Amino acid sequence: MKPISRRSFLERSGTGMAAAAAIPALEVPTFQSQPQPAEERGREVHLKVNGKDHRVKVEDHWTLVEVLRDHLGLTGTRVGCDRGECGACTVLLDGKSLYACSYLAVWADGKEISTVEGLAEGDQLDPLQEAFIEHDGPQCGFCTSGQLMSAKALLNQNPNPTEEEARQALAGNICRCSNFNRYLEAVLATSGKGSSRG
Amino acid sequence: MKSFTNVNPENRQEVVSLLKKVIEEGKTASLAGGGSDLLGMIKDDLVAPDVVVNLKDLEGLQKIEPHSQGVRIGGLVTLQELSQHPLILSQYTVLAEAAGTVATPQIRNVGTVAGNICQRPWCWYFRQGFPCFKHGGDRCYSVVGQNQLHAIFGGGPSFIVHPSDTAPALMALEARFRIAGPDGERVVPASEFFVLPREEVSRENILGPDEVLVEIELPPARQNVKSTYVKIMDREAWTHAVLSVAAVLEIDQGVCRKARIVLGAVAPIPWHLPHVERMLVGQRITADLAGDAGRAAVSRAQPLAKNGYKIPLTEALVRRTLISLAG
Repeated sequence: MKPISRRSFLERSGTGMAAAAAIPALEVPTFQSQPQPAEERGREVHLKVNGKDHRVKVEDHWTLVEVLRDHLGLTGTRVGCDRGECGACTVLLDGKSLYACSYLAVWADGKEISTVEGLAEGDQLDPLQEAFIEHDGPQCGFCTSGQLMSAKALLNQNPNPTEEEARQALAGNICRCSNFNRYLEAVLATSGKGSSRG
Repeated sequence: MKSFTNVNPENRQEVVSLLKKVIEEGKTASLAGGGSDLLGMIKDDLVAPDVVVNLKDLEGLQKIEPHSQGVRIGGLVTLQELSQHPLILSQYTVLAEAAGTVATPQIRNVGTVAGNICQRPWCWYFRQGFPCFKHGGDRCYSVVGQNQLHAIFGGGPSFIVHPSDTAPALMALEARFRIAGPDGERVVPASEFFVLPREEVSRENILGPDEVLVEIELPPARQNVKSTYVKIMDREAWTHAVLSVAAVLEIDQGVCRKARIVLGAVAPIPWHLPHVERMLVGQRITADLAGDAGRAAVSRAQPLAKNGYKIPLTEALVRRTLISLAG
């Protein structure tokens, strides 16, 4: 058998991706269309996520990010370290950023939560998202939703941050591709442009 | 994560009676202020509480209240609120600065001042679950192991350093801590709250398993006081101190009338330097005196194999902090 080289792998997977892209009707099952059944045990909590009310039965030890991803299908919020260190799970709770991996779902009962899914309105991206694209913020993209939410929390409270303030606001989000400066540029480029929707 | 029951008491009496009940049933309870650190410890199997007591909804402990005897800070005030509160920023600057250096915005938004004071050590052996003194074991692995970040003062038998940023600031401000327990409440000076491992090796403070730190009381702000918190980290963001200095100086007409200097991250408790303070009182703080103070600050240091660098670092930071405050 011919060994797989990096080049041949990329060529083949590139063909595969092109083929998939050529089938517009290809349906990707989403969590939204097939939500997991609520657990029998546990207690019901009321979460208002991106303006929409959800009543979910949760167990006490479930984290907020587990419920968002696995039970509400909002997989834009990522789990990196699961220890409150990397920032990929950043969401806003009553307007303030926090690590959703380090917060229990039961503690969020009755609170308003904003996730990355709430930033765009239909096809209209949030100015922050536009700037992230413009400034080539994401490389692998894994940390991007967390970076967006930290930036959102900053601009909601401080629409015209200094560079130092923006650096501090993004300090809790690690980018393993090391694109920190691009994210910073994007946030500064957005500031003062009235990005603060949602 | 291991399962547990979360309970949401509404007031401090309820917390205390809950703790009592859980202990009587032979179970274990953990207190959650912000909860970030606790959940990490549960995930890493470092603690396994049957009950998590969520303190977020406790009545009346989310406020910073000035009154005639000083300022009362509820234990559940977040580090973010503390770092931005106008009164704390202007009159108790060292505390606002210390709170602002903790971790990241996401942690400061949920992390509480009581939780920051009571957090467990960040020694890598402890956090990796080594069966050390802090986990009920019979040794401190840092003694012959990797001890770059460990204690140069007050160590033995455990050489952890106290990880809190707000604790040195509160000791420098002569804060008092209000503790609720089964026999009512007691108030202790911050300097008597923390315990050295040679007194009690398994924990870092005097809190019993059925007690909770509910409030911090600051003395009235004084005239002519300047204070600051300087934190050295091994990177620019999101980590604990390698060393920190909390300093409060009262300077009237160029002469130091009162001084409080407390070091962080060099000892198993916030490390108070009364002998250095005595050198400063009644003197003009010149560069020479600040240099003498820096040398005196480290005169009793006892480094381990790999943390000797903390000695010149401490000497320089004490000197620089004094010069910048007095200048």
